[in-house]
Amino acid sequence: MSVLTPARTSGRTVSAQENFSAWANRHRKWLFAAPAMIFVGVLIIFPLAWTLYLSLTDSQGSVRAASDFVGFENYATVLTDTERFWPAVGRTLSFTLVALGCEIILGMGIALLLWRPFRGEKWVRVAILLPLVATPVAVGMMWRLIFDPNIGFANQLLGLVGIPPQPWLSGQDSALPTTIFMDVWQWTPMVVLILLAGLTALSDEPDEAARMDGANAFQRFFYVTLPLMMPTVIAAILLRGIDALKTFDILYATKGKGGGSFHEVETLNVYAYGLSFDYNQYGLSSAVLILFFMIIIGSMWLLTMRKKAVSK
Amino acid sequence: MKRRSVMKYAAVAAALSLGLTACGGGSSESKGSDTVRVTLANHVWSEGIKAAIPEFEKSSGLKVELTQLGEDQLSDQYNVKLNAGSDEIDVMMYRPLQEGKAFARNGYLADLTSKVAEDAEWDWKDYQDGPVQASTYEDKVTGVPIITEREVLYYRKDLLKAAGLDVPKTMEELEAAAKKISSADTAGFVARTGKSAAVTQFSSFLYSFGGDFMDESGKSAVGTEEAKKAYAFYGGLIKNYGPKNVSTDMSWPEAMAIFTQGKAAFYTEADSLYKNATDPAKSKVADTVGFAPLPAGPAGSKPYNIPSWGLAVNEASANQDNAWKFIKWATSKERTFAAQKAGVPGPRASVWADPAGTATYPKDLAAAIAVSAENGVGHDRPQVLTVGKAREIVGGPIVASITGADAAAAADTANTAFQKFLDDEK
Repeated sequence: MSVLTPARTSGRTVSAQENFSAWANRHRKWLFAAPAMIFVGVLIIFPLAWTLYLSLTDSQGSVRAASDFVGFENYATVLTDTERFWPAVGRTLSFTLVALGCEIILGMGIALLLWRPFRGEKWVRVAILLPLVATPVAVGMMWRLIFDPNIGFANQLLGLVGIPPQPWLSGQDSALPTTIFMDVWQWTPMVVLILLAGLTALSDEPDEAARMDGANAFQRFFYVTLPLMMPTVIAAILLRGIDALKTFDILYATKGKGGGSFHEVETLNVYAYGLSFDYNQYGLSSAVLILFFMIIIGSMWLLTMRKKAVSK
Repeated sequence: MKRRSVMKYAAVAAALSLGLTACGGGSSESKGSDTVRVTLANHVWSEGIKAAIPEFEKSSGLKVELTQLGEDQLSDQYNVKLNAGSDEIDVMMYRPLQEGKAFARNGYLADLTSKVAEDAEWDWKDYQDGPVQASTYEDKVTGVPIITEREVLYYRKDLLKAAGLDVPKTMEELEAAAKKISSADTAGFVARTGKSAAVTQFSSFLYSFGGDFMDESGKSAVGTEEAKKAYAFYGGLIKNYGPKNVSTDMSWPEAMAIFTQGKAAFYTEADSLYKNATDPAKSKVADTVGFAPLPAGPAGSKPYNIPSWGLAVNEASANQDNAWKFIKWATSKERTFAAQKAGVPGPRASVWADPAGTATYPKDLAAAIAVSAENGVGHDRPQVLTVGKAREIVGGPIVASITGADAAAAADTANTAFQKFLDDEK
């Protein structure tokens, strides 16, 4: 019993094994890809298809309750909603564009400063990366305390230099800019990281050649370094841009459901969350999410096209 | 050799994909498991129960698996799990007035009608009327209330004394006192300001001014003259005598912080939160805080008197009998009494009838609670299915009034929107 000799136990087993082996060998590209395909199918395609289906029904209250197929009614409702939907689209876009713009410009500046080796370089890099590793909800809570209009640190600091207290997160007009500031604080380091990698990979020769030709630092950056960096910059915009569009955590942590009493920081993500978790209107919420998904895919496609054009 | 390595990889790939599906499956318990899975909110009540659970495990021979979450996370968790028909929750702590109606209609809550009537010693009849009604849906008992609360007036004894004022008995006196005390660094009055969060605390003002969210025929009543006056009064108090730069997002933690930091003279809030103001570790005004019944408006003093939390059994649970055993233990007279002594106002009449039940409460608070329990109203928010949305609608005029906009116009807008909401919900 203890010595197993497979070849002798049963000829049929061996041949079955060989059959399977041969089959596996023939289909190995599928076999190896199977785990990833199952993963994508179960966790991405199925939820997406289900959301699409829900968006065409009047599902509400409970997703298990009976619901009717209503065609594109939800989309019509959403697209004509000037009270919540369109302002949310506007806020999503302005949040993303302003935050992204600041992050790319600041990120480039910091990356250029860190590019050349200097004493204490490692420490500075670690310090700069700290916001990146903090949990967004914790970051939200921290800034919420700092920006509290009555007992917050920010207003006390302003008081020291004689500036009157500001409403920050609680102001109707200042809430969105304040959350943008928080986003910039947290995510600029990631942009720095990406751009720094791009800078380090650049060859020194074009820069040296330009220097020999008498170009000043300004000219060398705008006419040599930046064009060479363009693919990296676009990659950073792509990565960070999608992330910024999808921002939810800091908005929810600082302003809660509905993005504040006047919906002042209600982006599409926050709106869709409120529709499904607060209002239990799953059909409507799904329609918002599908539209949001299309906005993200659309902007991604535009950027990828641009990247291809630049790479050529 | 080549073939064998292909086999090896295939085996690894298969194992991985199996692993993935196994992760998704979760562990499902067999019928009548010895483990009761209990989901609770972060609350003083839960802390007391948590400490006593070993006692229950010993006497019943069951094992309790406890999950504790913040209020919003708890709601989200229920929305996801109960929606999916999950049997992973046996006992759930829920808010009868916020989600009870919707949960019951969706069939998430098991029918406990026969169970509550079973045991005379446990005594369902001992429960106060309001809380029982709020835990009943279409004549079926769907939950057992565990915590009740009423709105009371928190005030600063020292500030009143310095200003030579008595404790306000009417809304007019409250306004006059807030006006007199209000200064650059001390607000006369503070309360919740968030559109949705403020609705429950505003409700007592609304009732005391003679209004309600809906009239008897179920139509919107937030546009009535009484409601308009109440909106203007509540918002006006905060706008005129509230903290400078007041945020319009405040729920109780923010408003309570302003009061306990010593920056406000009056504060209207649920009595069940009183420990936050009287505990010296949390409050700078622990020694000087006083409590009084809600001041009377034109229609008298009509605070809400509601069950804020209850326990229910998940309809999809395969372990309902053991879940009920846990609830019966957690809501027994002894446990309710213990919670009451720890500062959690209970829903049983017996704990209030017994002088020992209020012995640990500040005397003026116990007196205020007794008054409120008598003339209280049984709801503190619109009684509809989608409470979240309704609160945002009827809360709009509160915020408008706080920011100095026309409260009456905002109330008219809200009235139209709320009537449409009610029509849609039918």
